Order: sequence, then structure tokens, then C-alpha cells
Amino acid sequence: MDDTELRDAVVAELRRIAPEVDADDLDDRRPLRRQVDLDSLDWLRFLLGLHDRLGVEIPEADYPQLSTLGEVVGYLRARL
Amino acid sequence: MREFTLPSLGADMDSGKLIEWLVKPGDVVHKGQVVAVVDTSKAAIDVEIWFDGIVGALLTEPGERIDVGTVMATILAPGEEMPAGPEEPVEEPVGEPVGEPTGEPSGAGGVRLRVSPAARRRAAELGLDLTGVLGTGPGGAITLADVDAAGAARAAPEPGTAAPTASEVERLEAASPAERPALMRQAIAAAMSRSKREIPHYYLAETIPLARAVAWLTERNAARPITERVLMAVVQLKAVARALAEVPGLNGFFLDGTFRPAPVAHVGVAIALKQAGLVAPALHDVAAKDLDTLMRELTDLVARARSWTLRSSELSDATITVTNLGEEGVETVFGIITPPQVAVVGFGRLAVRPFVVDGAVAAVPTVTASLAADHRVTDGHTGALFLAALHDWLQRPDEL
Repeated sequence: MDDTELRDAVVAELRRIAPEVDADDLDDRRPLRRQVDLDSLDWLRFLLGLHDRLGVEIPEADYPQLSTLGEVVGYLRARL
Repeated sequence: MREFTLPSLGADMDSGKLIEWLVKPGDVVHKGQVVAVVDTSKAAIDVEIWFDGIVGALLTEPGERIDVGTVMATILAPGEEMPAGPEEPVEEPVGEPVGEPTGEPSGAGGVRLRVSPAARRRAAELGLDLTGVLGTGPGGAITLADVDAAGAARAAPEPGTAAPTASEVERLEAASPAERPALMRQAIAAAMSRSKREIPHYYLAETIPLARAVAWLTERNAARPITERVLMAVVQLKAVARALAEVPGLNGFFLDGTFRPAPVAHVGVAIALKQAGLVAPALHDVAAKDLDTLMRELTDLVARARSWTLRSSELSDATITVTNLGEEGVETVFGIITPPQVAVVGFGRLAVRPFVVDGAVAAVPTVTASLAADHRVTDGHTGALFLAALHDWLQRPDEL
């Protein structure tokens, strides 16, 4: 899976939680939860979706490293 | 003996296939209990029963395709013996639309009500449930005049009818996504206007330290896989239910001029639907469930709220509401009570703030909990006792 495919997978999971998201409008460098209006339950469902899809376990302590979409993709890349 | 028939689970549904029974002969069933799973053209739907009793005979086999209105099971009253011979059909309402989006209310025996379009519109304006309206038109059809008569008969506003009721939510579910925001605003406007017109609110707030709860929850979650992670919002919901058990005067309904306390707390959880308003479906008997169960149920409730597949009962039986606007960053919520409930609890943002501990200022995670309550039912003293109890429970998260 290259970075583009990985980003597509992350965006697909995001859209499952927030169907109103337009993938083209997402800025990889801006805080994701502010762009998409995810509350903490949405966020957890998003991470659960990534866990189911990619098998990556994301501990709560790592949340601060996952602010932007780019950081989420990079974090997953390093653990796949 | 009564008959349980296949209700219409959507305007375009005239038959369904039984996937499985969730009850067996001899089981005691209660109104609102899911008794069967039925496959419609759209989805597998949980079918609820709408009266109490004991399951007599199951007349439909799993895998069988049956028409709406078909008798699926016989239900006995407590103490009633199984009849030897076939029974006369009982002409009582035994089915109501559940779950799936439904274009029109269904009535007795799961057979769809005949209602003129003008009558349906008027009923929607009045917030009137058509299942209780007597039809005098051709073939028993409900006419505009019938709806007006039923509306007038309801001289005093009926409890709950101004709130976004189950029937209003069904109307919303049936609407197209483009229509929903406007309909949703109407429903919220009706409920909140009635609340502000009728309920003399009083407001209290308290800043509650959460150092222990945060540490406890962080440690608990760190030791578990992501699938078993629990949110602080769930800890707060459980603490509310525990505190209500100690101060029951805030849990129940104000009906016909008197307060009727509820035996357990069904906590309505305010869920924002992004561009389309909010709903507050109930988590049932919160005090009796552990945090893992509540977390699972909350996740399920939010997912179903956002996909418009809530059950009708979930939207009508909350005994109190909890709203958590802390996610949006606000410090304090000043809630408006959803009639006929008598209180709403609000949580603001969980943040590290200066707080005095043992005579010195420390950086402590805190949350501001607020209470808006009905002054016809309780006084500030009761509200203060509740917030104190909530405070105490949140210092003992391991006992929740």
C-alpha cells in the first residue's frame, strides 16, 4: 500500500463516520478534528475503523501525534 | 389473548421475511421489547412488541415470507391458559411502525391507517399521533375534520406532544435528507417553545475536579485494546444516573399537574446530527449497566441516530436528558428542559484549570456540570443535593 492508497483508506474511514466530508476539501496539514467536526466518540469510531481495516492499535497516549490527516497517514505508515 | 401481527416497517413495505424469533412460547414479554428480526427489502429490522404479556404460540417460521398484518404470534395475558381452539381475531392495535423510515403511520394490527393527505399534514402540524384518531371517512379513513376534532379534544397540551415525539421522528425519518433540517427545526422549535412557555427553570452549576476520574480512566483504557476503550462522557452518564438514584426528584415526568417519578433513569443523550439539528434518544436504566455496556450502547445509539434508524421507544421514554457541549469547547451549558421531563444536566469542556487543592492552587482537570430543573417540581436545594452527589460519584470512578 503506497501513501496515496493509505490516505484513501483513511479518508474512506473518515467518510464512514462523517459522510458529509468532501475528500477534496481536506487539508492534510490542518487539525483534522477541527476540519471535520469530530467529537470524541466520532474520533474513537474513526480509530476503531482504522483498527479493523489496517490492524493498527492506536493507544490514547498517541492521540497528540495524530492532529492532522498527514500525521495520521504517517503514523499508520510507520506501523504497517 | 391478543395477536401480534407483522407491522408495516415502511411506507413501501407490504411483506417481510422472518429471520428469527427472539422469544419462545412461555416467555414474558414487555411493551417495547424486540421479539423478532424481520428482513424487509431494505434491511433487517428489529420488531418491537407493543404490549405486555406471555408468548403463547409462534405462528410464523423463520424463513417464511409473510404479508403485513399477518398474525405472527399469540400473546396471553398473565395467568391466561392457552386456548384449545382457534380464537376470534382481536381488533386491538397491536402493531406500530418501528425502526425503518416509514412514510405513513400504520395502525391496528399492523395494517396501514387510511389518512387523507390534508389530514396527515394537519396532524403533523398539531404533533398529533394518528394511531389514536377515529376515522369517519370512507372505509374508516381519517379526514381533516377528524384530525381537527382530535386536536380540539386535546384541550390542554398533552404531555410530550410538543417535544419531538416518536411520531415526529418517524416523519423525519421518512423525509428526504434535503427536507430533514427544516422539519427538525420545527420539531425542536415546538418542544423548546413549549418548555420556555410552561416550565419555570432554575439553573445551578458546579465546577467538579476530575483528576481522579481522568487518571483512573486513562489507566483503565491503556490496559485494554482500542475496542474496549471507554470515554469520559460514559463515566459522566453513569455518575448522573447514580446521583439520580440518590436524588430521585429530578428523574421522571411532569404530567397533568403532578410529578411522576420514574423508578429508574433512562438517560436521554443529546446527539448532534451535524447539519440537521439534534435528537436525544434514551440509554435505558443507566445505573444498572457497567461502563463497557454503556459505551457499547452509546456507540450504537449515536451511529443509529446519525443513520436515522432509531427505535420509536428510544425517542419517547427518556426520564432526564444529558447534554455534553464540552466537545465544542464551551465552559458551561445552560440547558432547556425537554417536556415532560423535569431536568437537564449539562457538561462543559474537560480542561486543566487552576483549582485550589489543600490550600494551594494546582493545575487540575475540571469540568463544569450544570443543572436546569423544573421549579414546579423541585427547589434549588434538591438541585444542589444532586450536583453534590454527582461531584461525589465522579471522585469515585472505580465504584461507578
